[in-house]
Amino acid sequence: MALPATQAVHVITTSHYKPAPRQDDPPYRQGEPVAMFIPCYIDQFYPGIGEAMVRILERLGVPVVFPAEQTCCGQPAFNSGYWEESRPVIRQFCKVFAPYRWIISPSGSCTAMCRVFFPHVDSSEEVIAVSRRVFEFSEFLVDMLGVTDTGASFPHKVTMHIGCHGRRELGVFDHPLKLLQSVRGLTYCELPNIEECCGFGGTFSVKMPGTSLAMGQSKKENIVRSGADVVVSGDISCLMHIGGMLQRDPETRHIRIMHLAEILDSGITA
Amino acid sequence: MSEHASHLHGAPFLKDENRGLYEPSPQFKNLNKVCEYSSKSNTAVAAAIPYFQDWREAAHQIKKYSIANLDKLLVQFECAMKARGVEVLFAQDAAEANRLVLEIAREHDVKSVVKSKSMVTEEMELNQVLEEAGIRPVETDLGEYIVQLARQRPIHIVTPAMHFSAGEVGQLFHDKLGEPYSAEHAALTAIARKHLRAGYLAAGMGISGCNFAVADSGTLVIVENEGNAGLSTATPPVHVALVGIEKVIPKLDHLPLFLNLLGRSGTGQKLTTYTHLIHGPVPGRKLYVIFLDNGRTKVLQDPHAWQSLFCIRCGACLNACPVYRRVGGWSYGWVYPGPIGAVLTPHLVGMDKAGKLPFASSLCGACGEVCPVKIDIPHQLVHLRHRAVNEPSPMNSVYERLTWRLFAWAMGGPRRYGLAMWAVRLGVRMAKYLPWHPDKLGAWTRGRELPKVPSHSFRSWWQQRSSGPQK
Repeated sequence: MALPATQAVHVITTSHYKPAPRQDDPPYRQGEPVAMFIPCYIDQFYPGIGEAMVRILERLGVPVVFPAEQTCCGQPAFNSGYWEESRPVIRQFCKVFAPYRWIISPSGSCTAMCRVFFPHVDSSEEVIAVSRRVFEFSEFLVDMLGVTDTGASFPHKVTMHIGCHGRRELGVFDHPLKLLQSVRGLTYCELPNIEECCGFGGTFSVKMPGTSLAMGQSKKENIVRSGADVVVSGDISCLMHIGGMLQRDPETRHIRIMHLAEILDSGITA
Repeated sequence: MSEHASHLHGAPFLKDENRGLYEPSPQFKNLNKVCEYSSKSNTAVAAAIPYFQDWREAAHQIKKYSIANLDKLLVQFECAMKARGVEVLFAQDAAEANRLVLEIAREHDVKSVVKSKSMVTEEMELNQVLEEAGIRPVETDLGEYIVQLARQRPIHIVTPAMHFSAGEVGQLFHDKLGEPYSAEHAALTAIARKHLRAGYLAAGMGISGCNFAVADSGTLVIVENEGNAGLSTATPPVHVALVGIEKVIPKLDHLPLFLNLLGRSGTGQKLTTYTHLIHGPVPGRKLYVIFLDNGRTKVLQDPHAWQSLFCIRCGACLNACPVYRRVGGWSYGWVYPGPIGAVLTPHLVGMDKAGKLPFASSLCGACGEVCPVKIDIPHQLVHLRHRAVNEPSPMNSVYERLTWRLFAWAMGGPRRYGLAMWAVRLGVRMAKYLPWHPDKLGAWTRGRELPKVPSHSFRSWWQQRSSGPQK
């Protein structure tokens, strides 16, 4: 499978607030439980992603817990400027996840909110301590578990979209690629202008719908140009927007959207 | 705002026109391609330098030092310049700077002026002010010349006429200058050259901007590609340079770093064609330097925002910005468009007028990735959003505040979350039966399908799984 050469990813590090780096030490020890943070749109609209994530982790021998008190990371309010309103949501998050050393979320955007932006709103020690322990799913698999092969097979033509928050705020770019590389039967189709934003941007998609759709249109054209039948991403929120556009157009209706976890959980017979 | 300004296309800013912010204009359909091309060439040129990231960091630190020591460096520059017979003046705002320019023009009995490219003079709307005073300003940068003829505002801070095709320029030259129509680049350049030559020779004063003001040597640095800045500053008997106070850098030794970054990030060049280092007036002539504050010291007071003063006006963030590429420069409502405009403008003209700008972004972070002086634009945008909804601004809305209060309440615990999500599921399910989609829902379904609502949520799956027999 041909993969693009690793592009140099420059993580934004000049913030006025130096975001605390993720807490890698002590490293993951076999048998430590992992707490899942399932963002609301995955919980409600794409439960299969969470289910796939549970199966993948359990197959790797990682005990998984789902703290039932969890709600949201507060990103929608934060990005809209309503930090006062996002603060109680952030505190709720930190209270629920405080007991866990490893917190994993199948979303680059929500993880970036936790790790990078929580300290902007609340720089108390309790909040920072929790925020540093939040990992994006593929990042956890590759960096913490050292896993790049989940034993999946997926004989389809696949292209990948990288969410901007995951890529630029967290530096998660290589990780999904490494994981896809080992999927049996998968044909990787390079996406032209992969670095460009798809136009979702959370509330941006409904606050500036014309611009958002114009950006989505370019992304859609590039997806068609890649020749893929499936678009995969670590961020299903971007794909909700891209997929919604693909669905609207009869010409592109056949192109499916899938989360990385769903592909990594495919075709496992054991 | 002057009467003339209101006749300019894409202006006057910060009025109803910035409704355009919300929709991409078909007028700019080629903008995306042009920007994409420039952005790619910038990246390619930068990628050829293995230590490009180190350069950026160094430039960031030098700028940080410069802005933190602005008071000392400006005085140092002033002393060095004055010793060579240069008049150094300071203006608090655009009106004062305009007054100074007019005074100088009167003193030297100036009838016409040649201008090389300067964004600061756009801030001052100097062209309109000069026209009103009966002085004819001639823009000499080809792009600026084109937009001046078309009575428009620059659409981009580096390439002001990038929305014109060669054919459109030919038509414009035909209509305004009476030249035979041509779409040939060489022919068009020759036409502009012919008309501009006369302007240089007739001008009583040359007005320029400045890219860097070097404090230790007292040097004005102007970079350009067309030779027009050289002619504008050297041909007329009087040269007036208008400089934003943030342009100061401490030492001449720092200049090569910035020249390397500016050319590469601005136009994908290793170095601009001309680099002028001006230390003083030619004997028998006059040189004035006017430093302009115009709100910059207000930016300094905001600990999150002062980084935006590091900007060297290269335009890389504009080229990289997917929003700018679609809406074009005028949509931002003021002189500085694109991501840097979205962070600078609210400070310079006030949140009450420009509060919408920080929301003109998907927060993708492309601007932060390309900025040669590593201004943290993406994070500044979210900070400004926070300010915009708490200060008097077009984004300060009681209705939206209530919505987010409700959101905060709903996310306060699992029961309330369950209730809210039940309502969301119901709404999404019912949406297809609605005859029309209100507000935000309509904005979503304008070009996208809603996601299908599955039979169960992840939570219910997990609950069933943990209560049922373990596999």
